[in-house]
Amino acid sequence: MREIHYDDIVSAVKNMVIHTATNLPEDALNKLKEAHEKEKSPVAKKVLEQLLENAEIARDEKRPLCQDTGLAVYFVKVGQDVRIVGGLLKDAINEGTEKGYIEGYLRASTCDCFTRENLKDKIGYNLPAVIHIDLVEGDKIDIEYAAKGGGSENVSRARVLAPAQGREGVIDFVKSVISEAGPNPCPPIIVGVGIGGTFEKAAISSKHALFREAGQPNPDPEVAEFEKELLYELNKLGIGAMGMGGTETVLAVHVEKNPCHIASLPVSVNVQCHSSRHSHITL
Amino acid sequence: MSQVHYLETPLTDEDIMNLKAGDIVYLSGTIFTARDAAHKRLVDLIENKEELPFPLQGAVIYFVGPTPPKPGEPIGSAGPTTSYRMDSYSPTLIKYGLKGMIGKGKRNQAVKDACKEYKAVYFGATGGAGALLGKLIKDAKVIAYEELGPEAIRMLKVENFPVTVINDAYGNDLYEEGRKQYEVKD
Repeated sequence: MREIHYDDIVSAVKNMVIHTATNLPEDALNKLKEAHEKEKSPVAKKVLEQLLENAEIARDEKRPLCQDTGLAVYFVKVGQDVRIVGGLLKDAINEGTEKGYIEGYLRASTCDCFTRENLKDKIGYNLPAVIHIDLVEGDKIDIEYAAKGGGSENVSRARVLAPAQGREGVIDFVKSVISEAGPNPCPPIIVGVGIGGTFEKAAISSKHALFREAGQPNPDPEVAEFEKELLYELNKLGIGAMGMGGTETVLAVHVEKNPCHIASLPVSVNVQCHSSRHSHITL
Repeated sequence: MSQVHYLETPLTDEDIMNLKAGDIVYLSGTIFTARDAAHKRLVDLIENKEELPFPLQGAVIYFVGPTPPKPGEPIGSAGPTTSYRMDSYSPTLIKYGLKGMIGKGKRNQAVKDACKEYKAVYFGATGGAGALLGKLIKDAKVIAYEELGPEAIRMLKVENFPVTVINDAYGNDLYEEGRKQYEVKD
């Protein structure tokens, strides 16, 4: 049984949170460069130029890419042969998150749902993190992290379709969500689609799909084909960078498909803004 | 064709009437930050006929909740937040003299109508470009509601802050027009 100490998790998470806030990952950066080359609208092209310049400034001067430094979302895979010593895994991730937000000068954005009071003095900076834990084989801990901003999260939607609506129904739903969202989620965007399972399984899948390297197709060729079709359909909407009109609205569509109940067809769309801040570490 | 303007705040009616949706504007001078909670308080003050923490006449409000500044810097990253959350408050502020709003994303019809009736504009800044835009803010001071943290009202000094006119005082909307131009119909 391999032992991993609580403090090592705290410090790895803290470093990851700080690094992710200022460094746009290679996959997102490459997709933005591609969009900049392909974009036909001069106004949208100018916006994409600003985004590339922004990424450079953020990296060189260690400034957060966006003032919305997000809520911290984690997908964690824990090997069955790992024993965590010195404290609980969730506490370690939360403590690392809090330290990262404070030491990295990141914005504390959590508040009470109803009073809207900022909670930083009560339970800490940007806590609690949203943590999904899965038990897997092996003796490692694998942590995927994303700083998820509010603007893009706000336009995300889930719905349970009738089975008869089928594949076409899913396409129509995804199109309606992105069309309605328009400029609000800071396009160009990455679209995560979770299909099947139950209501919450579809939603979690749509979020997990955003953690994939931008543009990397689903390993199932049939689903990969569906991703291509959706990408084509969504870019026809003409929304463009920051909604000012253009040909490049969606950088990538990632779909995760799960078997579902014979009576249901759950589908969820989770949107990621162009500032696709995500990281991955293995302990 | 889209034009480029260099404007100093406070903005005048004449400044506003020269602007068309799609124009690029480089703003310099003083602008004020306010988000959801601050907007609610400003509108409450107007309704109670109390004095506002800054003069609204000709003012430009930037919808932003910046990151905390690092030591020695006036402000952290400071890109626009989504504007529709301010829709229920903006018409009142426009009626009492507000000339410009900077944010990102769609506004409702009431805001667009108020822009037409009282001569005001809605500017879009590039969402997520917080590092770039924060650098163009030369000075920042909290002038009200410090307890709101990132939502406090700040007075900012900006130089050539780049924005695009989304909704002008003639009823035009760049989001609708731009999209129509690039939409592919089957």
